[in-house]
Amino acid sequence: MAEDSRNFTLKIITPDRIFFEDEVSMVEFNTVEGEVGIYREHIPMTMIVAPGILTITKDQEVSEAALHAGFAEVLPDQVTVLAEIIEWPDEIDVERAEESKSRAEERIREHAPGTDMRRAEMSLKRAVARIETVHK
Amino acid sequence: MASMRDIKRRKGSIQSTQQITKAMKLVSTVKLQRAKQRAEQSKAYFNCMYETVTSMLAKTGGLNHPYLTAGESQKKAVIVITSNRGLAGGYNSNIVKLITKGDFKKEDLRIYAIGKKGRDALNRNGYEIVEENSEIIEEPSYVDAMALSQRLLASFAAGEIGEIYLAYTGFKNTVVHEPKLLKLLPVEPAQNASEEKQETGSKAMMNFEPEDDEALDMIIPKYVTSLIYGGLVEAVASENGARMQAMDSATSNAEEMIDHLSLMYNRARQGSITQELTEIIAGANAIS
Repeated sequence: MAEDSRNFTLKIITPDRIFFEDEVSMVEFNTVEGEVGIYREHIPMTMIVAPGILTITKDQEVSEAALHAGFAEVLPDQVTVLAEIIEWPDEIDVERAEESKSRAEERIREHAPGTDMRRAEMSLKRAVARIETVHK
Repeated sequence: MASMRDIKRRKGSIQSTQQITKAMKLVSTVKLQRAKQRAEQSKAYFNCMYETVTSMLAKTGGLNHPYLTAGESQKKAVIVITSNRGLAGGYNSNIVKLITKGDFKKEDLRIYAIGKKGRDALNRNGYEIVEENSEIIEEPSYVDAMALSQRLLASFAAGEIGEIYLAYTGFKNTVVHEPKLLKLLPVEPAQNASEEKQETGSKAMMNFEPEDDEALDMIIPKYVTSLIYGGLVEAVASENGARMQAMDSATSNAEEMIDHLSLMYNRARQGSITQELTEIIAGANAIS
């Protein structure tokens, strides 16, 4: 039981389904302020998610998913991630991600007038997160 | 009394109508199952979203954020979710009534129509239809809701509209659907303040990263999007529920009419047989 007391409930919810719900020991993801890793007894906090890899550590097992947008509500014994888009590695279409990565890179390199730079950067970040999740 | 042939023809036509309504009922039952499941699956997300946003607002009570105060413009944007197809009982007209009979001024409203039926009805009544996105009701996706909410928030930020409403049919269960008018923006913390007080006590103080108003800037658009998406999903479930009910009662009405007509038909047939017999007997008597 000593092990269990270090766990907390992690819920990941998307508009279409409950993506993940279980007792875990740690979760890591990117926020707009930087990378965070959360254990039990974290102070209550609401964070905005930035595109990146979400890592779930349960006992000794580690699973990963590509998390793109949303926010997280952290309470001492529960973490709720409201994800707009999140995918397990086997749901990711690598080819499409590679394509959109090179497309976004090109747009940023050319820097043509009228290009929405923020959008290009966001899509690059999303593509990179997808590719990294698969290749790890 | 109508002739036998007329009654027979009438009965035939009602029978084929009944076949159609029966088929439509079966189709919408299947669609309802799917839509209901979907609505239930996405409910968790909205409840969570709603709780988070209300608890945020309860904490940041005195904040003067543009999303929390009405814009200067008198214009009110209303997203009207109806269906593309009719034959769903009062489903569409209830939503339209919500707007025409509500306490809005016609000239203040800007309608963002989703669903052809609502668009047509409001257009006839002389409302200003700004945008029409009827195709997204066929297969509601989060991406569509996101695009719509982005456009609305842009007009809100630009001061073109002062308030944003959502008119949709809430899905309570298979037989109960209620038309609802929901205020999306400005978000009103006052409404939730009382019920939120007990909750925040147990949840302790919430911190934000980044700071409150920046966090609001990012969370409110997601909140609006999720409400629009939730409205879409529930409306689809309600539409199919309403159609199923309407078609069910149409089928049983047809059944009733057919019964009545068969009775009349049999009576007419018996009447003509009796008449023929009387004629024959009378003829035979005349000869002898």
